[in-house]
Amino acid sequence: MQTVPERRPSSNADISEEPATTEATPAGGDQLMVVPKSRVGTRDNLLADRVFQGLVVLCAVTILSIVGLIVFELLHASQPSLSKFGFRFLTRQIWDPVAEDFGALPFIYGTIVSSLVALCIAVPLSVGTALFLTELCPRWLRDTLSLLVELLSAIPSVIYGLWGIFVLSPFLRVYVEPFLARYFGWTGLFTGPKYGWGMLAAGVILAIMILPIIASITREVITAVPRVQREAALALGATKWEMLRMAVLRNARPGIFGAVILGLGRALGETMAVTMVIGNRAEIVKSLFAPGHTLASVIANEFSEAVGATYLSALVEMALVLFVVTLIVNALAGLLVWSITRGMPARALA
Amino acid sequence: MPNSSQNISLHRRLSNGLALGLITFGALIVTVPLFLILGTVIYRGASGLNWAFFTQIPKPVGETGGGMANAIGGSVMMLGMASIIGIPLGIGSGVYLAEYGRNKSGNIVRFTADVLNGVPSIVIGLTAYAMVVVVQKHFSMLAGSVALGIMMIPTICRTTEEVLLLVPQSIREAALGLGIPRWRTIVSVVLRTASAGIITSIMLAFARIAGETAPLIFTALGNQYWNTNPNQPTAALPLQIYSYAQMPYEQAHQQAWTGALVLISMIMFTVIVFRFFAGRGRIKGAS
Amino acid sequence: MRMRFLMALALVAAMAGVSSAETALNGAGATFPNPIYQKWFSEYHNAHSDVKINYQSIGSGGGIQQLTAGTVDFGASDGPMTDEQLAKVSGKVFHIPTVLGAVVPTYNITGVTSELKFSGEVLADIYLGNIQKWNDPRLGKSNPGVKFPDEEIVVVHRTDGSGTTYIFTDFLSKVSPAWKDKVGKGTSVNWPAGLGGKGNEGVSGMVKQTAGSIGYVELIYAVSNKMSYGSVQNPAGNFVKGSLESVTAAAASVKDMPDDFRVSITNAPGKEAYPISSFTWLLVPAEWSDAGKQKAFVDFLNWMVEKGQTMTSALEYAPLPKNVAQKVKARIKDVKVKAKQTAQK
Repeated sequence: MQTVPERRPSSNADISEEPATTEATPAGGDQLMVVPKSRVGTRDNLLADRVFQGLVVLCAVTILSIVGLIVFELLHASQPSLSKFGFRFLTRQIWDPVAEDFGALPFIYGTIVSSLVALCIAVPLSVGTALFLTELCPRWLRDTLSLLVELLSAIPSVIYGLWGIFVLSPFLRVYVEPFLARYFGWTGLFTGPKYGWGMLAAGVILAIMILPIIASITREVITAVPRVQREAALALGATKWEMLRMAVLRNARPGIFGAVILGLGRALGETMAVTMVIGNRAEIVKSLFAPGHTLASVIANEFSEAVGATYLSALVEMALVLFVVTLIVNALAGLLVWSITRGMPARALA
Repeated sequence: MPNSSQNISLHRRLSNGLALGLITFGALIVTVPLFLILGTVIYRGASGLNWAFFTQIPKPVGETGGGMANAIGGSVMMLGMASIIGIPLGIGSGVYLAEYGRNKSGNIVRFTADVLNGVPSIVIGLTAYAMVVVVQKHFSMLAGSVALGIMMIPTICRTTEEVLLLVPQSIREAALGLGIPRWRTIVSVVLRTASAGIITSIMLAFARIAGETAPLIFTALGNQYWNTNPNQPTAALPLQIYSYAQMPYEQAHQQAWTGALVLISMIMFTVIVFRFFAGRGRIKGAS
Repeated sequence: MRMRFLMALALVAAMAGVSSAETALNGAGATFPNPIYQKWFSEYHNAHSDVKINYQSIGSGGGIQQLTAGTVDFGASDGPMTDEQLAKVSGKVFHIPTVLGAVVPTYNITGVTSELKFSGEVLADIYLGNIQKWNDPRLGKSNPGVKFPDEEIVVVHRTDGSGTTYIFTDFLSKVSPAWKDKVGKGTSVNWPAGLGGKGNEGVSGMVKQTAGSIGYVELIYAVSNKMSYGSVQNPAGNFVKGSLESVTAAAASVKDMPDDFRVSITNAPGKEAYPISSFTWLLVPAEWSDAGKQKAFVDFLNWMVEKGQTMTSALEYAPLPKNVAQKVKARIKDVKVKAKQTAQK
């Protein structure tokens, strides 16, 4: 096909060529013939090509400039706080709006811990789901089940929050937290007053929210593992589980890790649902029952109310920290997923 | 000798059964929260569904009745304005990536789009506040739309790129071979062939932003009246649910659940339509 | 695509045109008077359909901040602005008192149904984290006969910048030197203990849902939610429950209302006075660049001091005392359209 001339003289496009054309392009064949033949290959077209390319390049440049603007606004608006607290901002544990003295450590801690709790719950479940969907699930169930998992990701954050306030946190307080305190209280992770609200509630909500994304990417990665690997394992007499473990999971490990990191990125930046259930307290406490705060939730809670330049810019600096962290996490995840699926068509399994 | 091999195989069979059982159990348990959440939303929301909910604006706290008509309207208008920003930019940059961007600068744009996709919505809200609210000196529907529009771009862009790449190269070559200019080929042949997939990407982006609350807090602000002026603060369904969920009134909670039911129905409807298109889109694209 | 884009733009422009016939004002701020403000703005809109006043209760801190940033037409706050804050606003700002309210300690203790009595020091110590259990002897001392459970006190406070917090911490600072030293007063403070809820709504929601909790909310939120709330000891030594009468009594203790209306009535003298009472203010720019908005808002303010005041009691707010209302009326006359020369500068 490469040898076909790009622009043929208009006189050549005579009727005898028509049948061949329609065969080659079933979808747009009729459309092609509408193009006025006199315009084909003229200078107008070169110009039009340029303009079109210019337009799409402009769209692409807009994306670059939006991200540029975000970075600029964050840096610019957090200047007072950056210059006042410097790098100590990240390591200090104080949040005192009266004295205008701020540190981000409790929020960074809350963000990381709530996300880790979420991962602990979500990773085994979602990898299990992905394995089940690709390897074990009967055909008739597969579409329904994957639709259900996908629907989970379509529920808006605020509805997770609503459900978290009225259903999940009372449930945690009455049933789950007493149980955890009784049998796992010795770990120090499950002690203290049982509010229902707090780090644990935030972690559970986040786990449900990031399940679908980890599951769907893990599925994609698992599907990318060559069939041959599986067959070889089975031919050697491996049981199904051994095959999954040795042939599938081992090969897909970096990709699954990537999926997990991507889920982490989602969890770190999640705002509304977390804000509604985490209890909003800027303090570092070991117990997961205790209320906490995250970078995103403190911005949502306090930004429109903050009085004073330092207070405001401290909040913007939080946003900056959040931006940088999610950037790193997402880039890492992208790299890992890409390393597994690179040979694959872009949408092997969406 | 036969004895020991039988022992191993029993052990292996057991662990096989256990592992597969756990995997199946895990997959099934994942659907539990979905049913729980949907169930609660339907159960608690349905009783507040009535005509007034869709036609009236909220009553002051403490009074019964009223609806969320202004919030539903505000959401629809903001989604519309966000689409005006997000769809052309998303499709345009997707076309760039697929047709012109198979090179280094394309990779930069691709990476940036992924970065934008990963930026937490609250950060985008902050930026829209700084870019629009502070500059215009008032909260507005426009500011909310800008925030939502920005969030649409990366989703549409990357999905558009993917579906465009699915369009067989032979179709492009055939069109070019006929002497159709490149831009015409892209618009009338490639985009047309991939249209189902692009509609899918728009729906996906729609579903993503329809429930967004965080970027609206400092931009659209909220409004207890009808507002159709893009320069005025406006109510939005997710925003209204958020503020009602935090109120101590039973009446407000009821409204919040009903709002959640309406919102979730809108989004689920979009997602299911999207699945429908997605299935067809792939067949069409791959043919 | 291009065509549709243009059509959409035209549609947007048309919609903008339609709505320009009415005057729309935007305000934001205190959650404390939110119920009465919603009521007022709604009633006023019913009577004057061409005026729409949108009020969003984002917190007093937010009201001050957004007024300073110029993103709203007016603000609202329960704590008066400091001189420093006033200096940051371009142009003069009037504090217009609208109603009076009370902040009450509300609680949810398993097995305790009777009304509790709190002295200022005990409240301060609970919020400082010094009193951690409900069966602490110091609580028992002022509440003889009440059987407190051996439960931890779950302290709930506001997490957002709030006038309710200002009034509450203003009171605690007056009665407890330790509080004044360690925490101080403000719309948001560095809380030594407890859980944070967003808004009066968030705090009352949390208290309602958490056994063993104590929080502080605006009176109306406690009443309308049928939550138990305690009485607080005033400087005269009486335990007084927050109510219209006791708040009015506290307001009556102000003998000389300052011209800028910035006055604190927490811990007011007077036998019947409720000690955690306060005025709440609309923050109104003295000069408006938009004549239409200025007229609409001045009309509303005049309506508010007359007719509006008759609606307050139903929502558990105390109306302004007569002498204060007179003074407010005089002040409203000073809300003017910005003179042309200054507008150009």
